[in-house]
Amino acid sequence: MGQKITIEPVTRVEGHGKVTIHLNNEGNVEQTRLHIVEFRGFERFVQGRPYWEMPVLVQRLCGICPVSHHLAAAKALDVIVGAGTGEGLTPTGEKMRRLMHYGQMFQSHSLHFFHLASPDLLFGIDSDPVKRNVIGVALQYKDLAVQGVMMRKYGQEVIKATAGKKIHGTGAVPGGINKHLTEEEREYLLHGDDYMNIDRMISWSQDALEFFKGYHKKNKAVIDSFAEFPSSYLSLVRKDGALDLYHGVLRAIDHEGRKILHDVDYQEYYKYIDEEVKSWSYMKFPYLKEIGKQNGWYSVGPLARMNTAEFIDTPLAQKEFEAFRQYSGGKPCHRPMHAHWARLIEILHSAEKIKQLLADPDLMEGQLVTRGAKQYEGVGLIEAPRGTLFHHYKIEENDMISMANLIVSTTNNNQPMNEAVKQVATRVMSGKKEITEGMMNAVEVAIRAYDPCLSCATHALGQMPLEFEMYDVDNKLIERKFKD
Amino acid sequence: LTHQKPSILVYGYGNPGRQDDGAGIMLAEKLDEWIESRKLEDVRTDTNYQLNLEDAATVSNYDLVIFADASHEEIDDFRMEPLVASNRVEFTMHAVAPAFILHLCKEVFHYEPKAWLLHIKGYEWEFMAGMTEKAESNLLSALHYLQEFILQHMSGRISNGIN
Repeated sequence: MGQKITIEPVTRVEGHGKVTIHLNNEGNVEQTRLHIVEFRGFERFVQGRPYWEMPVLVQRLCGICPVSHHLAAAKALDVIVGAGTGEGLTPTGEKMRRLMHYGQMFQSHSLHFFHLASPDLLFGIDSDPVKRNVIGVALQYKDLAVQGVMMRKYGQEVIKATAGKKIHGTGAVPGGINKHLTEEEREYLLHGDDYMNIDRMISWSQDALEFFKGYHKKNKAVIDSFAEFPSSYLSLVRKDGALDLYHGVLRAIDHEGRKILHDVDYQEYYKYIDEEVKSWSYMKFPYLKEIGKQNGWYSVGPLARMNTAEFIDTPLAQKEFEAFRQYSGGKPCHRPMHAHWARLIEILHSAEKIKQLLADPDLMEGQLVTRGAKQYEGVGLIEAPRGTLFHHYKIEENDMISMANLIVSTTNNNQPMNEAVKQVATRVMSGKKEITEGMMNAVEVAIRAYDPCLSCATHALGQMPLEFEMYDVDNKLIERKFKD
Repeated sequence: LTHQKPSILVYGYGNPGRQDDGAGIMLAEKLDEWIESRKLEDVRTDTNYQLNLEDAATVSNYDLVIFADASHEEIDDFRMEPLVASNRVEFTMHAVAPAFILHLCKEVFHYEPKAWLLHIKGYEWEFMAGMTEKAESNLLSALHYLQEFILQHMSGRISNGIN
């Protein structure tokens, strides 16, 4: 009897997703799909609005990474106000934005590691879901839980100091930034008490890396082989090949590490990247045009960035980067669970960058905004926590938005997440007579490695209990389970 | 960590770009004006799109916390109820529930403030600025109730946080 298993939605993932796993008559996995069930409407919503509203307006997309949208929109509008493409801002403008971005990266990655990933690592994929959460971590590993909470809080304080406020931050404006860092804010972020200082954050970032590496050493089989599959990778890199989370050129490599997108100007991304629509998902499938729809898909995010970058320009993170690359023999790493490792290296890098920036006097004084000749089209890209985020706008003579195209990080990872689901489902579910909680969580763990934000990708809200459905070959429902 | 408790925190959360979903934020903003006019130094507000881990540290600094959120449950205009800490796992864990914040605060900081949850009935949730008239009316009713609640708490008439 053929079966279709539905896991809906994916737990500990923002938004509303559904996984269906189709088994054949022999009980082996035949087809898997990650469905996105909400409709995206934000691009249409912004049409007809004044362009200068965008950096604030786009933060409504998602409560998880509003800063990334804020900055990507501002970068696109830099082009429109004639301030250039990321390199034309004043030193103060660029550095304040970078500080904001590193704060966002620091807090978002910390959330993922301590809250979403560490319970799986500490208690195991098959462990009791009641225990497998951050409260469970707090009960057994209190120091780790405290670090998670305080690292999140520190990142939020950086954002507050640069964006102005947590809701609808206004820091980034077309052509620059609207505030300096005050001496009080700088002092607080550098030397705050109750753990809230940058040296403590760097130290904790290193501790988290050591924790992961220790876990990895003891659990190589799980971490190294879980859902491994070959992929191409795409990200921004600095022109000299360094990891750069805020600005750079677009680079893609194939599964062997060969460049397949050669450090191009992202203002022309549409010459190289297109999006395919599939009938069973509202989330599009981006691909590299030159390679085609079938094989042109790519992964983005921390793992992609570790694979595309040639080095990291902060010393502690560079040392970790070298160890990471060495482990894969200098070749691209295709292990989704190593995304956790990559994410922790980026946490450390972000903390180091924050410390560098806080020592820079340009944050405290200097020209905030620059302008030039008005343009009618602009593209802004940024490496958001989950991967490359594209904002593309066109405006009319009256300054109203006439076209908006957003490719969010999770959309870029659509096909890779589908591949990961297929890998895991085939391994854990084929030939099994009963689908267990552990099996379903294994599928979810594979998806969670990408830290997807489906709310953002589909521009929708959604929350419902976990539903599990099984269908026979005639599409008749034969079993339904809820995880509530 | 040291716990300095300036008494009361009203924490509004939601997405103001989603019509009535911004009710909690709007309430906090309106309450700010009232706090300013009354010079109530021991009452603070905070806002965010969603609650998250770090809010456990935030609430650990207060005696009493009132979480305010929009609600699509079947209630009349608003409802205020005591909040009990819970370790119940939510299914979209990029955000966490107020009861989970309380529980995390208790486990990590060994302190649990008294807490209430204020639900404000909403009706529309699309990408659009501004709330519906009915939700705004509900918000004003909730605001007046909350102001009275805060004054009573400060005068000691709600000594244990339960009316």
